[in-house]
Amino acid sequence: MSSEPTIALGVAPVGFRGRIQAIAAGRVAAGMSAPELERRLIELGFVEGADVEVLHQGLFGGDPIAVRVAHTTIGLRRREAMAILVSVGAEP
Amino acid sequence: MSVTAPTAAPVVALVGNPNCGKTALFNALTGSRQKVANYPGVTVEKKVGPLTTPAGRTVRIVDLPGTYSLRARSPDEEVTRDVVLGRTQSDVIPDLIVCVADASNLRLALRLVLELKQVGRPVMLSLNMMDIARKRGIEIDTEKLGRELGLPVVSSVAVRRGGTDALLAEIDRRLAAAQGATGTVWTTPDATALRRAQKEADRILASVVKGQGKPDSLTTRLDSVLLHPVAGLVVLLAILFVMFQAVFAWAEPGMDAIEAGFHFLGDLVAGLPLPDLLKSFLKDGLIGGVGSVIVFLPQIVILFFFILVLEDLGYMARAAFLMDRIMGGAGLHGRAFIPLLSSFACAIPGIMSTRVIDDRRDRLTTILVAPLMTCSARIPVYTLIIGAFIPDREVWGFVGLQGLVMFGLYTLGIASALAVSFVVKRVIWRGKPGEPFMLELPDYKIPQAKSIAIGLWTRATIFLKRAGTIILSMMILIWVLASFPQPPEGATEPPINYSLAARIGTAIQPLTEPLGFNWQINVALIPGMAAREVAVGSLGTIYAISGGEEATDKIAAALSSQWSLATALAFLAWYVFAPQCASTLAVIRRETGGWRWLWVTFFYMLALAYVAAFLTYRIAVALGGG
Repeated sequence: MSSEPTIALGVAPVGFRGRIQAIAAGRVAAGMSAPELERRLIELGFVEGADVEVLHQGLFGGDPIAVRVAHTTIGLRRREAMAILVSVGAEP
Repeated sequence: MSVTAPTAAPVVALVGNPNCGKTALFNALTGSRQKVANYPGVTVEKKVGPLTTPAGRTVRIVDLPGTYSLRARSPDEEVTRDVVLGRTQSDVIPDLIVCVADASNLRLALRLVLELKQVGRPVMLSLNMMDIARKRGIEIDTEKLGRELGLPVVSSVAVRRGGTDALLAEIDRRLAAAQGATGTVWTTPDATALRRAQKEADRILASVVKGQGKPDSLTTRLDSVLLHPVAGLVVLLAILFVMFQAVFAWAEPGMDAIEAGFHFLGDLVAGLPLPDLLKSFLKDGLIGGVGSVIVFLPQIVILFFFILVLEDLGYMARAAFLMDRIMGGAGLHGRAFIPLLSSFACAIPGIMSTRVIDDRRDRLTTILVAPLMTCSARIPVYTLIIGAFIPDREVWGFVGLQGLVMFGLYTLGIASALAVSFVVKRVIWRGKPGEPFMLELPDYKIPQAKSIAIGLWTRATIFLKRAGTIILSMMILIWVLASFPQPPEGATEPPINYSLAARIGTAIQPLTEPLGFNWQINVALIPGMAAREVAVGSLGTIYAISGGEEATDKIAAALSSQWSLATALAFLAWYVFAPQCASTLAVIRRETGGWRWLWVTFFYMLALAYVAAFLTYRIAVALGGG
């Protein structure tokens, strides 16, 4: 699993499907500390092993993005989505 | 248990994720008997309602703000945490916690249940919206779920008769067992604990739920249009357009009826054999004053109707999603969209709804600019001045010039709100990156008429209470200022010229001279500080016009003969910005917990109003409008 190539969810195009490999909040200069960002992402269901799919994006700069994580849809900005590392090719 | 005085009745707290149908369940359990108040010390709404269980037990149900975790991040979530942990100073310490979960969206709710179990109070789980889950082919083994969680689990359908029977029976059983609190083992979870809990929730979910793989097809289809980068924005604009059209067009019959009603009351009082002073107090002070505010009730109800329907539908989160980037450019959070939208009706509910914004800086920015959105109280002022000074003709063949000016004033309000928030972000919060935008986009649900009706009823009573207290007392004050001292015997000028109000108006004349304002306008501005729309009535009184069927037309005629076009335009510009609303300032003080932001708002708006009116007047004079 850990040897699979990963990308940040923040750069994924609409239609992308993958599985979360890691939450690396330290990579992101968000408006809060890295541990807090990590906790918030987990509270919305972004945990390792969960399947994600990018469903929609905004008009300007493709931001924010709507992501289906497991069975829930979450809207978030690409900047924060950079903290979510995903591998390609999850089961649909 | 035998003594059930209402305040000693056991408390059952409803806790759940946002959008889990908790409020619908609360409405189903308590109906219209619910009471909305504030928690002590904070302005988060406390909704409590009585309930008699099948066993005849009187219970108080508390609806707590939705949350994903007991780790509180916003004032709303702090209330949920404090009540659940029994830390609150209010009397609502729960004897039983009912965790409400959307049966078709269990994943995040299960993690919350695991957290609630640590609190050491009796907890049960109610799987809400079971009908929707079944329709989507989701099967939940509730018995197994109960075993896995070690909690009683029932299913409920809030919107169907009898849909809460199982829940009520279980509440009875739990309260009869009378397990006390066992001492909490809850501590603020760190990322590791949250991760572990979510994985445990996922494991339980996989073992008890079948058929969860398919997303809701209606939501998928609707979102392909409503969240489309271009079509989504077009639909949002269309919805807003219909909404404003409705606020103005649909409200008119209701407003006319209310106006006629107060007019009738005024005439009734005028015909009574009472001393003139008392008559004037009742007619101009009480009836006229309160009537001039209550007349906006239809507009506020219609606006809230749209907001409530869109919210229950699940669309509001989409609107925030679509607007996030656009508003982010001006330094506003996507979630600020809803409060700012409400501010078109009235800044007060708008400012109160900023509680959904977690981050204090984002919330303050939104509160600061909310009063710049054109609220319904400005409408009568704009209508009066436009009607008096702007010719009623068409431009480009199809657009009314008067309507165009009105639209321009709205646009000016929005543009300045964006500009101010941009400056605040760059100057005051300089260098601090913004709060992340993270928001669940719930599946679409058909709004329930009962929930909407209860929501509208709550909003309308809050508005009427305000009209009956703050605005009423302001009106009495204004009437006193405008009526005393009484004119001397044989006075030839209108009585108001001798009053305290006139003296104040003349005293501040040097300040407003550069804006082209005369002392009569100054006098109208003073009562207008209490509430903007009062200025219309005040101008009427000042120009000594007896109220009549066409009162507004008469004021308009008087104004157009006595004011220059430049003065009228400066007056409009003033009203776009001026902090002319004591209630808004009061609510800012309450919501920000101090005087500081009240004064910041007051002075920045006053400064903008002065500069805008000054520039407008000078430019208009230079162009020959003096």
